[in-house]
Amino acid sequence: MVLAEVFGNVSAIGYGLSAIGPGIGVGIVFGQGVQAIARQPEMYNILRQNMILGFVFAEALAIIGIVMPFVYPNTGFNG
Amino acid sequence: MSALTVLATSPGGGEFHAPGLELFQWDSFAGEGGPTWFAKPALLASLGVLILIVVAFASFAKPKMVPRGVQGIGELGYLFVRDQIARPFLGKDADRFMPFLFSLFFFVWIMNLFGVIPVAQLPVTSRMAFPAVLALMVYVMFLYYGIKTQGFGGFLKNMTVPPGLPKWVYIMATPIEFLSTFILRPFTHAVRLMGNMLAGHILLALFSVVAYHFLVEQLTPLGAPVGVLGVVMTIVFTAFEMFIQFLQAYVFAFLASMFLGEALHPAH
Repeated sequence: MVLAEVFGNVSAIGYGLSAIGPGIGVGIVFGQGVQAIARQPEMYNILRQNMILGFVFAEALAIIGIVMPFVYPNTGFNG
Repeated sequence: MSALTVLATSPGGGEFHAPGLELFQWDSFAGEGGPTWFAKPALLASLGVLILIVVAFASFAKPKMVPRGVQGIGELGYLFVRDQIARPFLGKDADRFMPFLFSLFFFVWIMNLFGVIPVAQLPVTSRMAFPAVLALMVYVMFLYYGIKTQGFGGFLKNMTVPPGLPKWVYIMATPIEFLSTFILRPFTHAVRLMGNMLAGHILLALFSVVAYHFLVEQLTPLGAPVGVLGVVMTIVFTAFEMFIQFLQAYVFAFLASMFLGEALHPAH
């Protein structure tokens, strides 16, 4: 008798896990960025540039998470 | 593949297959056994180079004092790259690097745009070779200008020893900085572009396949709303993908400019 079973690919779970951190990071970057712009609208250009920079560095982790399943392809444990 | 598979397994039709990496594998034009590089990505990349050369020549070969037609568009692009990408990091050296950054930005953007242009429909930068070569080029320039302006020791010190920390922290900070600056940075520079384009393209293909499968291949009362959703999502995500394509080209050139700026103007 099977009580619990997992179908599909574990790399999907792995990507879900790897997206948590960058999700929080990107949220912080843009939240604080918007707050900073609201406080000092005249600094908009510099703030936007630094927001994009922070976004890019946080996002890199999620992107590495996308690529990893292709680097280490699934062997076995495939539903 | 859970809910979709349940909906799609009615009798008399094929099962639903989500698109995967086979979207990026293209057979050689020369047929079986032909050179593997001689395929759609290389053709699109050459086409992109050709488009960029023609547009740049049309814009800048015979500049008029008062820009008209294509020169106006070209100058708009030039001003964007100069003011948003080159000047914030390179300062007075910006004009020296403008040809490189201008070509880099527009080349990457055109190659990304092929992802949403009908018939082409393959973002060339989703093949690792293209971003890898571009990132390697930026990396070599970063090393060359860094060593040229700061000297080998000074460059290494400026890059790996962040100033103003307590002495004992450097035992940890220096190896981490070295790893991040010289090994991980070129890697993420290339993989960021490739990963975004790959993921976006698979997403678009998934929604298109959902729409086609549920509305054409296997029309059932239960599946039809899913198919309509697929059509709507395809349209929405095409627009979103165009935004991402621009953003990634911007970010790629932006980071290239930042690396060159670090090499040329060390933080004191």
